[in-house]
Amino acid sequence: MLLIDCPYCGPRAEIEFAYGGEAHIARPAADVSEEEWEAFLYLRDNTKGVLAERWRHAHGCGRFFNALRDTRTDRFHAFYEIGTPRPDVGDAA
Amino acid sequence: MQKFSAFSLARQAMGRHLGWRPQWRSVVPKPSYDIIIVGGGGHGLGAAYYLAKQHGLCNIAVVERGWLAGGNTARNTTIIRSNYLFEQSSSYYEHALKLWEGLSEELNYNVMFSQRGCLMVAHTVHDVQVFKRHVYANRLNGIDNEWLTPEETKAFCPPLNISPNIRYPVLGAALQRRAGTARHDAVAWGFARAASDLGVDIIENCEVTGIDRDPSGKVTGVQTTRGPIRAGKIGVSAAGHSSVVLAMAGIRLPLQVNPLQALVSEPVKPAFPCVVMSNTIHAYISQSDKGEMVIGAGTDSYVSYTQRGGLHIPAHTLEAICELVPDFRRLRMLRSWGGITDNTPDRSPITAKTSVPGLYVNCGWGTGGFKATPGAANLFAWTIARDEPHPINAPFTIERFRDGTLIDEAAAAAVAH
Amino acid sequence: MSGAFRLAGRGRIDTARPVVFRFDGRMVRGYAGDTVASALLAEGRHLMGRSFKYHRPRGPVSAGSDEPNALVGVGEGGRYTPNLRATQVEIHDGMVVVSQNRAPSLRFDIGALNTLAAPVLPAGFYYKTFMWPRGFWDKVYEPLIRRAAGLGRAPTAPDPDHYALHYAHCDVLVAGGGPAGLAAALAAGQAGARVILCDENVEFGGSLLVDTHSLIDGLPGMTWVARIVAELERLPNVQLLTRCSAFNYGPHNMVALNQRLSDHLAAPPADMPRERIWQVRARDVVLAAGALERVLVFEGNDRPGIMLASAARTYLHRYGVACGRKAVVVTADDAAYRVALDLAEAGVKIAAIADLRPTPGGPVVEAVQSRGIAVLPATTIQRAHGHLRVTGAELAPIGADGTVGRGRTIACDLVLMSGGFTPSLHLHSQARGALRFDDALGVYVPGESVERVRSAGSCRGIFALDEVLRDGVVAGLAAAGGETGPVWTVTRQDAPGAGGFAGALPRRGPGHLALAFVDFQNDVTAKDVKLAVREGFRSIEHVKRYTTTGMATDQGKGSNVNALAIVSDVLGRTPQEVGLTTYRPPYTPVTFGAFAGHARGDQFDPLRLPPMDAWARAQGVVFEDVGLWRRARYFPRAGEDMAAAVARECRAVRGAAGIFDASTLGKIEVVGPDAAEFMNRFYVNAWTKLSIGKCRYGLVCRDSGFVYDDGVVGRIATDRFHVTTTTGGAAGVLNMMEDYLQTEWPDLDVWLTSITEQWAVIALQGPRARDILAPLVDGLDISAGAMPHMTLREGSIGGVPMRLFRVSFTGELGYEINVPSRQAQAVWDRVWQAGAVFGLMPYGTEAMHVLRAEKGYLIVGQETDGTMTPGDVGCGWAVSKVKPDFVGKRALALPAMNAPDRLQMVGVLTDDPQEVLEEGMQLVTAAETPVPASAEGHVTSSYFSPALGRSIAIAMVKGGRSRMGAALYAPRLEGPALKVTLVDPVFYDPEGARLND
Repeated sequence: MLLIDCPYCGPRAEIEFAYGGEAHIARPAADVSEEEWEAFLYLRDNTKGVLAERWRHAHGCGRFFNALRDTRTDRFHAFYEIGTPRPDVGDAA
Repeated sequence: MQKFSAFSLARQAMGRHLGWRPQWRSVVPKPSYDIIIVGGGGHGLGAAYYLAKQHGLCNIAVVERGWLAGGNTARNTTIIRSNYLFEQSSSYYEHALKLWEGLSEELNYNVMFSQRGCLMVAHTVHDVQVFKRHVYANRLNGIDNEWLTPEETKAFCPPLNISPNIRYPVLGAALQRRAGTARHDAVAWGFARAASDLGVDIIENCEVTGIDRDPSGKVTGVQTTRGPIRAGKIGVSAAGHSSVVLAMAGIRLPLQVNPLQALVSEPVKPAFPCVVMSNTIHAYISQSDKGEMVIGAGTDSYVSYTQRGGLHIPAHTLEAICELVPDFRRLRMLRSWGGITDNTPDRSPITAKTSVPGLYVNCGWGTGGFKATPGAANLFAWTIARDEPHPINAPFTIERFRDGTLIDEAAAAAVAH
Repeated sequence: MSGAFRLAGRGRIDTARPVVFRFDGRMVRGYAGDTVASALLAEGRHLMGRSFKYHRPRGPVSAGSDEPNALVGVGEGGRYTPNLRATQVEIHDGMVVVSQNRAPSLRFDIGALNTLAAPVLPAGFYYKTFMWPRGFWDKVYEPLIRRAAGLGRAPTAPDPDHYALHYAHCDVLVAGGGPAGLAAALAAGQAGARVILCDENVEFGGSLLVDTHSLIDGLPGMTWVARIVAELERLPNVQLLTRCSAFNYGPHNMVALNQRLSDHLAAPPADMPRERIWQVRARDVVLAAGALERVLVFEGNDRPGIMLASAARTYLHRYGVACGRKAVVVTADDAAYRVALDLAEAGVKIAAIADLRPTPGGPVVEAVQSRGIAVLPATTIQRAHGHLRVTGAELAPIGADGTVGRGRTIACDLVLMSGGFTPSLHLHSQARGALRFDDALGVYVPGESVERVRSAGSCRGIFALDEVLRDGVVAGLAAAGGETGPVWTVTRQDAPGAGGFAGALPRRGPGHLALAFVDFQNDVTAKDVKLAVREGFRSIEHVKRYTTTGMATDQGKGSNVNALAIVSDVLGRTPQEVGLTTYRPPYTPVTFGAFAGHARGDQFDPLRLPPMDAWARAQGVVFEDVGLWRRARYFPRAGEDMAAAVARECRAVRGAAGIFDASTLGKIEVVGPDAAEFMNRFYVNAWTKLSIGKCRYGLVCRDSGFVYDDGVVGRIATDRFHVTTTTGGAAGVLNMMEDYLQTEWPDLDVWLTSITEQWAVIALQGPRARDILAPLVDGLDISAGAMPHMTLREGSIGGVPMRLFRVSFTGELGYEINVPSRQAQAVWDRVWQAGAVFGLMPYGTEAMHVLRAEKGYLIVGQETDGTMTPGDVGCGWAVSKVKPDFVGKRALALPAMNAPDRLQMVGVLTDDPQEVLEEGMQLVTAAETPVPASAEGHVTSSYFSPALGRSIAIAMVKGGRSRMGAALYAPRLEGPALKVTLVDPVFYDPEGARLND
């Protein structure tokens, strides 16, 4: 079970959180092309390496936040607020 | 190919089994092939076999980054069934099921396909509605599926607890008698042996690191850890690593990988006669020929390539098993493991051409790819050989996510694959 | 003393407390502290089990949790447990133990005939045969294989015991309570860290439990252990757990422990759990898991009476048992010499020590020689003799060129083997730590890990006791952040074991018929491993899977390194090139029930009860599960079946009034200056113009364009909406709202609050609803003119605050009375009493379904299945055409989402009005449809309608709305298809006159 460091509440067990998928995917306006809409809705990098992802502290403060986690090791490298840019942590596992 | 039979076993026994030869040839990669299959799991090896066997294309290599069938082929709970809800899906899985029924003979390799029957147990009124819809839809599609009352369910699988006083009582079950299990490793080894015999080169410990294309965009070969290999066509059947491989050709896929865990008990004498799946309480269970109870757990929620997950996931599954089969409460978990499932948004697979000429992909099987092995291999081979899909896999495109023509088994039936 | 092989004055058993138990029906005497294995060995009995494939007679090879052979069934009835290791099971009075995998008896097992067939049953034989004739696999071959396989029989009664689950946090978890673990725990504990120390054994001590030679600070090992344990017990920040195995190392230092609590007690307290799983989140972990001695692979190495040297030492020092009278020792390691000395000192004759090494030497070897024990250097064991018990060992010299010469057989009843020690890497490896091959030691040791974990002592290849203690202290301090730790002085310790051997022992001749076992339990021989390699299975994972070596219940603890060595030998590759198979949890098997803990029966899943649950139960209600909720399905009266009860309830609602607990409806309050804008963006409907006090049916799509949820929304104030959702969709809708609000529309000033639990909902429906309600609502005018359909009012009912919605899911005049949950029953009672004179009746979900279907109201999740658009289900009218965007808008514009042949919601009537279709039935165009065929659609809802006096159904049909009046057929599972006609889905009161009454 992962240990997730909610930026608002501190480290908590994974079962308090809901996963939110890849981060930094902005929802486009309703007049975009089918390709752009598909990219927003369905296409994912599915990164093997450091992935920016969203979590929601569903059974805690309820807030969404972003995290950087290496999907090869499950090690977290950063937790940061929604709307802030992705921190640079390189590609270190 | 050395014929396998009781007779050949006896004859080799007289020669102290020194006469057995490798089941597949160990080769060094040639500089060029007509077709390269990326991924030496059951689907990839099977695709190579059918390309050689049915399409007469024998200048083929299967490249595998580790050991053959070491990914999800080695890690699943071996359930085989075709009772899916939508006609597109059930046709695909039924195609596979029919191939399973003759696979041991076809490959001269006992894949131990055991048609023990699969019960999908209903615990709520909603479950009953959904599973009955399955029964009617499957029957119309020519696929066996029948509805059992709780008492009939118990008669078919005596260890099940059908007491009305449990938290989620059994309200009945949909039974597919032709469903069952198979020996997962044997399927891959059987395909490897048969494909190798037809001239297919099987290359282990050979990781693809790049996809080469000509100025028109068409594929020309792959870069690997064992050097470049040219190819006219490339079929990617890389399961959990599909996104990684396709990214080498600039393609993003509608996939997210999640850990999926499974476990077995210590072996016991025969005590569980069939496959039982319960979606409402998240459990599926069967007993292997060795005697182990094989139990599938749910997926962890997050993207991970670690082939492991949290213990709370299998623990929850065991809660459900203990409710469903309380006699098994004192059995013990012997071994647990995780795989990488490649999940599409509609939980249906992709077996299709890509936007890159000469590049084909078979992926998105999520938690349910093993049962499709010969079918997916067979149709993937067709798609690669003819550069167009077979009618059965024609709906399973990448473009359906653009068009909105999803085949949403998960949302529709809320059934674990 | 009971037991001919029991040695007075030795062992850690309590000879003052005799214990009697049964093994295969026979009484066996032992002492408190004995295991099943030690008690049987004390009687001179080694035969305890039969192997998996050949049913070979087997005795214990080890004395611990790594035992592959001596597996037994323990207990009776619901407490019967198969496959327990006799080497671990602690005996108590009255215990019933049975041997396994034999028929009719352990001594005479018909299955042993398989050994005769061994030449035709090599590794993987089943892949090569049983294929002809085709139908025989399922019916003949497989049942035979299954009966022969398996070990113990499965339990056939529910387990009466209970289990516990405990979450814990600590600074330092120390796994393993031998010298390294004790040292680490004490160092960490003294440094102030919160420490948990666990050990799978009955008591702490590890190797010191059997090392009676070395002295620590001048004290015998176990005296030192007692002192350290006492010190640890005095530290309030240290928790000590024995009989507790660390079995699973999960991500982020979450380690699971399995503590065995009651199995060793003859009469455990009724409230004592049998086992407890600890889920420990540790900041740092110290692994002190020790090392396991390796077996040697030679012909007949599986005969009862052949065991690890360290096991014999354990039986001697822990249980006071001599495992034989006359022993032959075969070793590649110094450690076995100390065992020989201990045994000789206890009176066991050591006939010879065969050492595989050419020049064994050093103090312990000299000590042996000075006792007059023959040491044979450069000597192998060609084979062991005997059947149910070893009777002799054929020892043979190894020439300088490696060839094996003629040997001689030495009679003996005990063969002790030692191939050196393999560090236990399981937990380190489970944590995805890297492994490193140590050339000097010839074994793998722990490498780097991403977790905060350290290994200490012999599990990382450090074997000398003084170094082990120092290593433990260093690891404990590093984990705890401490600076100075305890220091001890070790005297009389043996030098760390030099040498070791892995793989098949050298032998004379090819040994084509020899059975030299690598994996005892699964009967995998050295020949099997070689055959696998010959057949092209070159990866160690392939060898494992093809031969099943390492897949038995010991999970390869004793076999993996030997298998690896044989493979590397045949392939001519180094062990590091071949690699190890993956270590998989659990370290040792863990009871299913322990994982389930208290989550059983009613506690399996949380049960959500609506406020009027008790009232409904008192009425004799029949419930149904909807998600976690338990809802009232119908209220049968004496003699009524479901159909009769539902018909009566429906008639009451249509004729007078019905009362329904609708509290399970999801409710969300959307509040804030931008509440209306949020609603506009989230729902497909438009909300800006909804005035205060008005309600509107709202529909939610996902951005994929498919219907996700629905419900009535009321506007309480300009900045406040009272949103309802479906019962099952409540949590999902709120999560989705939060997702869009927090991550897509942070510009909106809106708060979302779940109010499902706060507001109970009493639905009062029927033509007399107003008559019943009007006198109860404090000063509120609810007349048709003052409060028309789809309006809401805030007020009170008998002094209880109320949000009153005039809405209907039945097609009748209706109200949904929202009151605080705690006061809901009181309000319900008041309404119930007031309704008595009007014929008010309670109704359940089943009647609710019938009533809504008569009106053609859809249920999300029944008519929809995650692939339906609003237009498909006849709700295209709800979709705003003017809003620039809302969730789902872009996808709804896709051509495929507007194709004319999409499934559309229609009504369906059978020709025979008494025939009720089954939900899920498929619809086709012809009465006789050969399969396989494609469906035109399917039935989603189907009931007998009391109001219409006939059956009605709702279906989703391709292009259905343009096919009104068309005939279709519903094939049945048996009998001819039923003819149906497509009609408008609103069957009852299509003008809606009753709603607006």
